[in-house]
Amino acid sequence: MILEIQNVSRRFGGLLALDKVSFTVKENEILGLIGPNGAGKTTLFNAVNGVFPPTEGRVIFRGADMTGKPPFALAQMGMSRTHQIVRPLNELTVRENVTVGACFGREKHGLDAASKIADEVLEFVGLKDRAEMLAAKLNVAQKKRLELARALAQKPILILLDEVLAGLNEQEVAGMVAVIRKVRGQGVTIMMIEHLMHAVMNLSDRVVVLDYGAKIAEGTPAEVSANERVIEAYLGDPKVAQRFLEGG
Amino acid sequence: MNFEVLIASSIDGLTLGFVFGLMAMGLTLIFGVMKVINLGHGPFIVMGMFAVLVLSQNLGINPYVALPIVIVLGLVTGIVTYFVAVHRVINAPELTTLLATFSVNMMLIGALTILFTTSPRGLSLELPSFRAGTITVLGTRVVAVLIASLVTGALYAFLYRTHTGKSIRAVANNRAAAELMGINSSWILALSFGIGTVLAMVAGSLLATLFGFTVLSGGGLETKSFVIVVLGGLGNPTGALLGGIIIGLLESITTIFMPVSYVPVFEFVVFILILLFRPNGILGAR
Amino acid sequence: MKVLTSPSLWIVLLVVLAVALIPMIANLPALREELFVLLMLIILASSVNIIMGYTGYVSFGHIVFFGIGGYTGFFLVQTLQMHVALAALIGGGVASLIAFLMGMPVLRLRGAYFALATIGINEAFRTLVTNIDQLGGAVGMLLQFSVYDAYGGAKEASQLAYYGIILVALLTITASFMIKKSKFGLALMAIREDQDTAMVLGIDPARAKVMTYAISAFFPALAGALFFFKNGNIEPGPAFELHRSIEALVMVMLGGFGTVTGPIIGAFVYERLRGFLITDPTFSNAHLVISGALLLIIVLFVTAGVIGWLRQQSPVLRRYLE
Repeated sequence: MILEIQNVSRRFGGLLALDKVSFTVKENEILGLIGPNGAGKTTLFNAVNGVFPPTEGRVIFRGADMTGKPPFALAQMGMSRTHQIVRPLNELTVRENVTVGACFGREKHGLDAASKIADEVLEFVGLKDRAEMLAAKLNVAQKKRLELARALAQKPILILLDEVLAGLNEQEVAGMVAVIRKVRGQGVTIMMIEHLMHAVMNLSDRVVVLDYGAKIAEGTPAEVSANERVIEAYLGDPKVAQRFLEGG
Repeated sequence: MNFEVLIASSIDGLTLGFVFGLMAMGLTLIFGVMKVINLGHGPFIVMGMFAVLVLSQNLGINPYVALPIVIVLGLVTGIVTYFVAVHRVINAPELTTLLATFSVNMMLIGALTILFTTSPRGLSLELPSFRAGTITVLGTRVVAVLIASLVTGALYAFLYRTHTGKSIRAVANNRAAAELMGINSSWILALSFGIGTVLAMVAGSLLATLFGFTVLSGGGLETKSFVIVVLGGLGNPTGALLGGIIIGLLESITTIFMPVSYVPVFEFVVFILILLFRPNGILGAR
Repeated sequence: MKVLTSPSLWIVLLVVLAVALIPMIANLPALREELFVLLMLIILASSVNIIMGYTGYVSFGHIVFFGIGGYTGFFLVQTLQMHVALAALIGGGVASLIAFLMGMPVLRLRGAYFALATIGINEAFRTLVTNIDQLGGAVGMLLQFSVYDAYGGAKEASQLAYYGIILVALLTITASFMIKKSKFGLALMAIREDQDTAMVLGIDPARAKVMTYAISAFFPALAGALFFFKNGNIEPGPAFELHRSIEALVMVMLGGFGTVTGPIIGAFVYERLRGFLITDPTFSNAHLVISGALLLIIVLFVTAGVIGWLRQQSPVLRRYLE
């Protein structure tokens, strides 16, 4: 078991953004995290990697209780993440951005070794020819790849992907899906938030569904798509939802 | 310890505090609306002092009657300063606006020094004092409090009752949203800078009726304004007024208990502690 | 250390050293006094740049460490007859320690709040020192002339201070370069760009910032100790002069924020320009107005500074000009 999320709740003032969520992530699986807008998916990522610690419950990562530990402690333990809204380090070059990940992630490389890793990862995600560019100058699709490259350079055990496919065109989606498969092929465990149904159902071994901050279903993509509560959560009308899920 | 001394000090501090509050409101209004710490605040205060000096001594206008002229002058100065020095960098990181307004500070101090040198000045103003037993309150102080209250009242009426005032508050709250609502934010920002400058200059004029001054008096008053503004919460005009009164009282009452020279130490330590533990000021939520 | 053999560093060090030695070789005491101030400003601007340019924290009241070093050094030389070199080092240590202790809470503040807090710290120290009789209070302290005898006389003491300030300037530049080129420096720049993202990437910002603040406090303190030793007197006003602190920020902006050579060029240009404006009869009255106008033009139109602008011009310059 790589990650155990036990009864995690998160409150913002009067709003209960996460309500006693529990599930586990197994080694080398791809776990899809889905749910309607505002279901608490990104909040769950934030609670897991320490950006907004849970108000209740526990997060066990690689057997250690990491509840409320700061994000850098989790990063150093081998948990990396990408952001839904890309956050490049604007005035640094693309290579420097990725080097930061290699320097301060799980393997804590020196500057030279980290720079080599950065070049490898940039080649892997297809940004090699942009290495010297300032990160601010990339377009959105490239910035998404940079997010992924930075997270991969941290040499993670578990990677949290927050909507890496959103805003990409069809061809870019296909490219990114291939990259995600390759990452898993390297032995990395993946938990991903995704709105693009056909992609997430296609990629994931298992799927967890959140609605109003609570877990409403968990299972294989097929089980989850057949689940009445899931269909209802997505759309008021089960029939429309069914078509939506099947058609992608 | 004499009870009457305490009363007299309190009245002194309270009157001075109103003027300090007015002065700090200028700084806090500009920060609240556009997140700019105006390092030209000190020279603006000094401009108010010298404006009233020139108007009264050279043109023979009563200092209080001269105030409307100071207000117009402040509005024009502020709006021009905004468009020359601030507008282009309004969205830049804070260092840029700090240095831009600091350059205004240098230019104004330089120009004022050329015009007036740095020798001490003062207004010769005779007003009857008010007496109750052993306690005396100077007439200039009473008038200063009245004017400071009047200006504050006018500011609040403007911000809460007029369309333009409401626009200023909308821009302070969320500039992007205000722009979507059709508010011309450049004009509102310039106007806010102008009003902030007016407050600084009027406060300067009132201080000139109470104390002697030089071209360089602005430095100390500017840091005092920082302390007051932080005490009341950055961007909060009501807080600034309250902060001014607290500092005014503190400065006059603590001198009974400790040497005058320790008062600023105390003030700056409080200033740092508030920034650390109550960054929204004594009125704000944590 | 590979970075120490980099030509980008050595050329800068040699140029600074060569210029600094001119008054000693040509025996020009007046020029030496001018260059003393220039080297001091290079130290101050480079140090500010480490916390501001690399890390993104605008330390407005950085002059406080100059004052702390100055007072500590002066006190030790005066009362314990300590050698100025040791006194300066202790002054540097005290400043770093104070920066470390204050940095822990103060560096949690961001943006304008941090800038304001550093102004408050400087003012608090200035007003505090004004009240301490052992440090001479508001009038400050005068060095007994006999203290200089240990160095062979006033002239020799002043030469020693000059060699000292050259050494500190070279050390500051080296430190600035090493940080810029190190893994630690990369962490600082990541914090400057986006602290929350830096944290997600594995960086502990609190630790990195406090260490940086302590380092950037060390060199100005050494400069302060040497400066006031050479002058033979110290007062709260000149030791904690906020205006000078802001001038250091101006120099960093002028030369180029976040670069190694920028603060050096900035200090040189600013100081020369001011010297020219003050001594030239046409401009002397208006020197503040002119400097202010120039600063405004730079802030509004040349935001990258001289070195930053040059670096933008070509990849070759970007590689060799740090």
